[in-house]
Amino acid sequence: MNTSVNIAGVTFQNPVMTASGTFGSGMEYSEFVDLNALGAVVTKGVSNVPWKGNETPRIAETYGGMLNAIGLQNPGLDVFLERDVPFLRKFNTNIIVNVCGKSTEDYVEVVERLTKKEADLLEINISCPNVKEGGIAFGQNPKMVEEITRTLKKHATLPLIMKLSPNVTDITETAKAAEAGGADAISLINTLTGMKIDINKRKFLLGNKTGGLSGPAIKPVALRMVYQASHSVSIPVIGMGGICNGEDALEFLMAGATGIAVGTANFMDPYATIKTIVGIESYMKKNQIEDINDLIGCVEGKDTASGCSN
Amino acid sequence: MNIVKQSAEVIRNVQISEGVYDMWLKNMMISQSAPGQFVSVYCKDGSRILPRPISICETDRQNKRFRLVYRVLGEGTKELSKVKAGETVDVMGPLGNGFTISDCEHAILIGGGIGIPPMVELAKTLKCKKTVVLGFRDTIFLQNDFEGLGEVVIATDDGSAGTKGTVIDAINQNNIVGDMIFACGPTPMLRGVKKLAEQMGIPAQLSLEERMACGIGACLACVCKSKEKDEHTNVNNKRICKEGPVFFAHEIEL
Repeated sequence: MNTSVNIAGVTFQNPVMTASGTFGSGMEYSEFVDLNALGAVVTKGVSNVPWKGNETPRIAETYGGMLNAIGLQNPGLDVFLERDVPFLRKFNTNIIVNVCGKSTEDYVEVVERLTKKEADLLEINISCPNVKEGGIAFGQNPKMVEEITRTLKKHATLPLIMKLSPNVTDITETAKAAEAGGADAISLINTLTGMKIDINKRKFLLGNKTGGLSGPAIKPVALRMVYQASHSVSIPVIGMGGICNGEDALEFLMAGATGIAVGTANFMDPYATIKTIVGIESYMKKNQIEDINDLIGCVEGKDTASGCSN
Repeated sequence: MNIVKQSAEVIRNVQISEGVYDMWLKNMMISQSAPGQFVSVYCKDGSRILPRPISICETDRQNKRFRLVYRVLGEGTKELSKVKAGETVDVMGPLGNGFTISDCEHAILIGGGIGIPPMVELAKTLKCKKTVVLGFRDTIFLQNDFEGLGEVVIATDDGSAGTKGTVIDAINQNNIVGDMIFACGPTPMLRGVKKLAEQMGIPAQLSLEERMACGIGACLACVCKSKEKDEHTNVNNKRICKEGPVFFAHEIEL
């Protein structure tokens, strides 16, 4: 039985990764999960210098989901290289570094300093809704998506995954823009911008007022967008948004994702990544599927969703 | 100490005051916890995806049990309050660092409302002389659990018992002195305690509360402003779930 997939020339032992921002750099979760079993660890966003993040409260639970407005708190590239990379390199798994920035120059600096020695792929966060300059300015405009992709591609030695925002009118436009700019892959969806109000205090729940919605509540939206995006580009798609188990992951694979990421589910259950891998494998065994690649994009039915041209 | 995430059998779950419940659960690892540590309690209803952080009230190491005393504040704790003895609840713990049990001669333990429970295990652990100051809105609970562990002083907002006012008012009115403060309660109370400790010139250990997601230091949701650089990000943002929930008052800004 083959569970390995190939994304941008890199082999993943299975398609299951962690979603950026939900798993740190793996250190905390390594007490629960054998990182060697994962397709990849996708790190929390790393910027050129340390970022303090937003005011608390930074999270709020919602029905079947949660809002977060952490604001990309991170120690910056120097500490990341010194502390987190050596830790992650001890494991037999791919390292995908999520890169965030406030300006093109910020992104370029991080992208240039990360080479094959430190990581296997880079995921560019151009879609964080919680930091004014933190990418979203780039992520909602197809022209800017193409431009920043092209610029970063010139400076990067590692394959680039552009992480797309769902807070757009037409996901296929930004997906195509990333491809046109030279992206090696795209990942989606980042969180959906949301809000919660405490009616007793008449105040916003989050210090940042708005936050990004994630968790099971957003899965159908994420799945639809992954389907649309993967049918509008020819580069691989990494799907995420509410994936909690093998069944969820299989839906995304069948919709057209080559890789999938488990995010908020880690908070619901620290073993969620492993359970997802086991779930996929047992489905394959039960249905006598020899190669996971046979499942990718296998969903049948009339193609009526908008943006599905092929 | 290893953290576990397991199903724990509920031994007992009863209401002890208006909206306040007393639950004993069975789990070997969590029963070994230190005073001031907490657990993440998971809901069975899938619409509530995040665990609820609840401080450990008391442990019974011999019988591998631990106790949670919690207030029903929302749907999650309401669900918890309906769990019957013999059923199980998913828990992760023990989490965070508890109180530092350092040398002191006369400890002042201050608990406000649902911040009182962790003071029980602390009072049992501290061997020195203790004064326990408990603050309530109106209805009193857990008072008897401190019997034989130290002098107990009460404050109520409505004056129905003890000093009418805050725990700080009760301390002033009763001329309570000591050489170390341990406190857990709402943030305004902790601010008052921090100021009081400064006036008295003694150290205070404060147990903080914040909305949490992962509970193990990965998501960076539950940070507080700290004097020193934090070990994770170096930006003076300590993680309450990981470096805390207990901090020395001088380490943090409230």
